[in-house]
Amino acid sequence: MNISEILKIALKSLTSNKLRSILTMLGVIIGVAAVIVMISISAGTEATIAEKINGLGSNLLFINQAFTRGGPGQGNQQGGLVYSDVAAIRDQVPGVAGVSVEQQSSVTIKYNDNTLTDITLVGTTPDYPTVRNVQIKTGRFITETDNERAEKIVILGSEIAAELFGETDPIGETIYANNVQLVVIGVLAPKGISGGTDFDSLIYTPINVVFKKFENNPFARFMGDRVRTIFVSVDQNASMDTVKEQITLLLTGRHKVTSDTLDFNITSQSDIISTQESTTESFRTLLAWVAGVSLIVGGIGIMNIMLVSVTERTREIGLRQAVGATPADIEVQFLTEALMLSLFGGLIGVLMGVGGSELFGKLSGMRTVIVPYSIVLSFTSAALIGVFFGFIPARKAAQLDPIVALRHE
Amino acid sequence: MDNTTSENEIIIETIDLKKAYGAGDALVMAVNGISIKIKKGEFVAIMGPSGSGKSTLMNILACLDQPTEGRYILDGEDVSEYSRPELAMIRSQKLGFVFQSFNLLPRVSALENVMLPMIYRRENRISLAERKHIAENALEHVGLAERMHHMPNELSGGQQQRVAIARALVNDPVLVLADEPTGNLDSKSSEEIMELLHSLHDRGRTIVMVTHEPDVAHHTERIITVRDGKLFDDHPNGKRVTWQNATGIDFSPAQEAVQP
Repeated sequence: MNISEILKIALKSLTSNKLRSILTMLGVIIGVAAVIVMISISAGTEATIAEKINGLGSNLLFINQAFTRGGPGQGNQQGGLVYSDVAAIRDQVPGVAGVSVEQQSSVTIKYNDNTLTDITLVGTTPDYPTVRNVQIKTGRFITETDNERAEKIVILGSEIAAELFGETDPIGETIYANNVQLVVIGVLAPKGISGGTDFDSLIYTPINVVFKKFENNPFARFMGDRVRTIFVSVDQNASMDTVKEQITLLLTGRHKVTSDTLDFNITSQSDIISTQESTTESFRTLLAWVAGVSLIVGGIGIMNIMLVSVTERTREIGLRQAVGATPADIEVQFLTEALMLSLFGGLIGVLMGVGGSELFGKLSGMRTVIVPYSIVLSFTSAALIGVFFGFIPARKAAQLDPIVALRHE
Repeated sequence: MDNTTSENEIIIETIDLKKAYGAGDALVMAVNGISIKIKKGEFVAIMGPSGSGKSTLMNILACLDQPTEGRYILDGEDVSEYSRPELAMIRSQKLGFVFQSFNLLPRVSALENVMLPMIYRRENRISLAERKHIAENALEHVGLAERMHHMPNELSGGQQQRVAIARALVNDPVLVLADEPTGNLDSKSSEEIMELLHSLHDRGRTIVMVTHEPDVAHHTERIITVRDGKLFDDHPNGKRVTWQNATGIDFSPAQEAVQP
């Protein structure tokens, strides 16, 4: 028998019972499609996360206030991060490219008759554009002098500028934020949503203005200009770990705490990345298991039907043997049928998986990225499963005794 | 056709053939020392009551089963110890089968059924077109030229058995084995099938047929009777051996049969 004859016989046998063949393939189709869709979802999620992390700004360290062991009210009331820590870090730690703080308040802003409510006002420092990786479109950002003098100035996100001023140039105009007059000195270039923050709908003012005019907490004034988070951008050439260590030393001394009673903690971007990676890793492993199990179930379906087929066609097998088919001929024929089922199923599964990923992405709004290796992987697995699960039925067929098979009813 | 050289050629020779089933106390000798010789061109009936061992003997002669002891020489080749794949190749090269229940593949046409044995040929492989041509010829010769594209379930029992006979001949076997070929047929169809086998015999085919119907056996020229696994009787049937005079073009053995 040559290959084309073997293929022809297998095809004939499969098409003679179309419904059954399709149902048998269904398991493999679903399995292969599941692998592709799941990998595309997890790849999409990873890409989204990677973008978010990059959007945070490069080489960032986050210094967060941490409660001391005694807890609030019992521990060091004067502890935590204060605004003067910013200057100390910038001036005393080598390898720091920029330090900023962000103190947010929710304000209502007004320009002429135009009122916008619930706008986030960010009190910050001159290094903000470096640290947060934003560009200035027109005008300028806050300077050190602005901050020292607590100048009542404001820089607008691109969207806010457009909403308040439309086509007009906002530089030099005065807006009201909770009845505080602020002069517009700059507009930022659009950045979009990054790391969960819509940068285009923020407005910025010197942090000292926030301390003086916008602090929500009535106790804040007694607390020595406390800040929640300090952002440190590390110089490209400096080591994150060294900078992290030196900041720890510096702040430990300034806050008069020991390593056991630290009132802050420092996280680097790579810490966040590795956390995210391990999360997506376990997500992906879970998906791979689910998809793998469904492929195996598909394979068992093929084996089941092939075993039924061998029993049903016992007489045919006997006859083929009588007219000269060797056991190997019979084995090859049934293996080919199983392989054909799994390959056709795999092919349809690939098409449905690619289509399904696109559809899922459109319907759910989640991002899906079709990864070529998932197609290769799932299709190859389908083929291997065809051989693996086709083997037992094919062997059973080949070992039939022609005398018994010919007499089979 | 040169008959003189082949007249005494021996197609089947068994020497003290034995087949045992089971072991120990349950040992059954289905065939217990049978020695026969069948010459080329003979038309032989094997008879015997059920359980006599005739089916077992037939299975060994058909290379579907291996003897436990003794020798079986088929067409000059000792096949007594051949493995299953080797026996499959011998069946492909040398044997043609006709079964009681026809055993046609249900989902393919008469023509494709007849072409089936050629798929498994290992020597002298021929193209699809040639195979088709040979199968068409074979169906014509059994009188089914008009029905070669019919499915088996569209044919009568007698017609199905003709298809089976055409299938048995396409590989030009040295021996045709028929196992109760008329067992599932009415008397008229039986008669037609026996006529067909007879005409094959007239053209020089060697045919061995198992039957339990004396009427059918009387069509042959030699009747071998098996009882209790042993040869009980072996006598010529007094039938005229006519094949030497045949002006054979059809299913004479050897080259003529396979060449269009």
